[in-house]
Amino acid sequence: MQNVHDATPREGMRWFRRRMSSEASSERSLVSPLMLKHPAGRVIYWLVFSLLLFSTLITFGPLYWMFEGALKSSVEIFQTPPTFWTVHPEWSNYINAWNILQLPLYFRNSLILAAGAVILQVLVSASAAYALSKLRPVGKSVVQFGFFCTLMVPPVVYLIPQFANISNLPLIHVSLINSWAGVWLPEAASAFNILILKSFFDTIPTELTDAARLDGANAWQLFTRIILPLSGPALAVITIFTVIASWKDFLWPLLVLSESDLQPLIVALYHESGINANLPFNYLIAGLVFASIPPILLFMLFQRQIIRGVNLTGLKG
Amino acid sequence: MRLSSSFLSLSRTSGTTQRGSDLRSSQQKPLSAQDNRVKNGGSASPRESRVWRQTGLSLQRNLSAYLFLLPALVIFALFVWYPVVLGFIMSFQSVDMINPAVWVGWANYRHVFSDPLFGIAWRNTLAFTGYALLFGYMMPILLALLVNEMRHGKGFFRLAFYLPVMLPPIVTVFLWRWIYDPDSGLLNALLSLLHLPDGLWLENPGTALPALVIVATWSAAGSTMLIYLAALQGVPAMLYEAAEIDGANLWGRLWHVTLPTIRPIMLLLLVLQIIATMQVFIEPFTITGGGPQNATTSVLLLIYNYAFQSADFGEASALGVMLFLVLAVFALIYMRMTSRLMQGD
Repeated sequence: MQNVHDATPREGMRWFRRRMSSEASSERSLVSPLMLKHPAGRVIYWLVFSLLLFSTLITFGPLYWMFEGALKSSVEIFQTPPTFWTVHPEWSNYINAWNILQLPLYFRNSLILAAGAVILQVLVSASAAYALSKLRPVGKSVVQFGFFCTLMVPPVVYLIPQFANISNLPLIHVSLINSWAGVWLPEAASAFNILILKSFFDTIPTELTDAARLDGANAWQLFTRIILPLSGPALAVITIFTVIASWKDFLWPLLVLSESDLQPLIVALYHESGINANLPFNYLIAGLVFASIPPILLFMLFQRQIIRGVNLTGLKG
Repeated sequence: MRLSSSFLSLSRTSGTTQRGSDLRSSQQKPLSAQDNRVKNGGSASPRESRVWRQTGLSLQRNLSAYLFLLPALVIFALFVWYPVVLGFIMSFQSVDMINPAVWVGWANYRHVFSDPLFGIAWRNTLAFTGYALLFGYMMPILLALLVNEMRHGKGFFRLAFYLPVMLPPIVTVFLWRWIYDPDSGLLNALLSLLHLPDGLWLENPGTALPALVIVATWSAAGSTMLIYLAALQGVPAMLYEAAEIDGANLWGRLWHVTLPTIRPIMLLLLVLQIIATMQVFIEPFTITGGGPQNATTSVLLLIYNYAFQSADFGEASALGVMLFLVLAVFALIYMRMTSRLMQGD
């Protein structure tokens, strides 16, 4: 960039043209633009396009089947062969399912579990990442190793001891079974969040933090006035992913929350699907639709952050 | 080096600012560069240590740093490090969660080994992993390759294929259990529409496991595809042009340019997929319950059954330790691969 201002106009133009051409060519992929100008190339391109369009039915088909299935009457839903287009749509199924499944209660529980998870995870991970990135105490590498090692240990392999642990915490002998804290606390140990935030904090220039220190800011002020306000994008990614993960979470809340008044929507739906639950099948399907709407909405709203986050999480486990 | 070029492209494609790419490139350095500084006397750099001397004592800095670390240290100690150790301890104890635990030596391991389900569960889990590689490993690569060539509707395709990932797993499994239903399910209806033979997909021991693999693939392929898409957009255009000048046709370019460039990510995702599919639980747990004739009992399902059906937490822990050791092998491979990649091959 600096070169442009110093250089002569002609050189500047050349630089500009080179930059433009390199940008245009970086857009290209395996198939060359020339091939697409060819009639045969165009035919093949549109054939592949239609093939892809057709294969989206694999994902949209089951979703359509679910949204539409919830409209069927309890007779039509068990019909053989099934109807692809509901003959007598019963929109009241959604309303009935909402009431019978006590969805307001379970939606509230799911929201509380998600909100608690976000608050706790952001607090714990951000403060730890800040200490590791900017305060750098003695023994930092040991602590860091202790955190990041856990990235390699999937939580299910210590599912059973974790359950025993939660039922009778060491030293204080408290049971977290049937309390939301029993879900929140184990999930707050997220080495992955610490890793993301730490790498982000590392990009905040030390000049900035040094200047604030010289102005007399203490560690807490540095954290709340400089680091956190600058870390919006990273905190957003973590928040969205924590909300989605908490919404989808099944096995751990199933084990910890056996009291139905405390359960999140996903666990309640699992219990309602049981043979003893006596719930009409079309209402269960309507319940599934309600459970899928929030994450789909979140995806539509925060697509960019989610795609960025997937690329981060995918490579980091 | 190759990986970092794809890193840069990730931020470009997802429309983020420069900060996004800083975030990823800086992931590569933390363990090496800064730790050396810590060893060299506890402070980051000469300049910074001067700042610290001016503003406060080093003791005070360490104190406040550990105050900030305290919540994470307590949470990790209580809910990760301790349970991992406890798992090893419990595997040598008889634990039913009512009576106090009794030390039993290797008895749990002997019981688990002599359980006929032990071999079945491992075989099913390995078969699940194998099928998942067969169905699910190449598909995201193929999808990403095709979507990346599209000049129209790229965003739409990305959304369409990613959508199942957003569904809660419970929704996915119940939906597919219904789709597989022999009488009122979508699958048999479609097959009879095409005059193909229908089947008892979940009731037949031969097809139950592959049926579950399809569910798992359906719900996970989208996120892998996104990662490959980002990697493909990081392939330098220059390489394609150079290959063209050398007379390489489409296959030549695919074979000698595209695939070698994304190979590191293909390897990483291979290991990650193995680690993930070895933990298969929710599909057999909710769709088949491990049946028919134990054809879908996975290791994790067996652990769950030991603990919550027979209240034998010791045996469950013993099997958990075995799963842990197997996964640890793959985790170590993964770690070695990433560290080699991060150092620029």
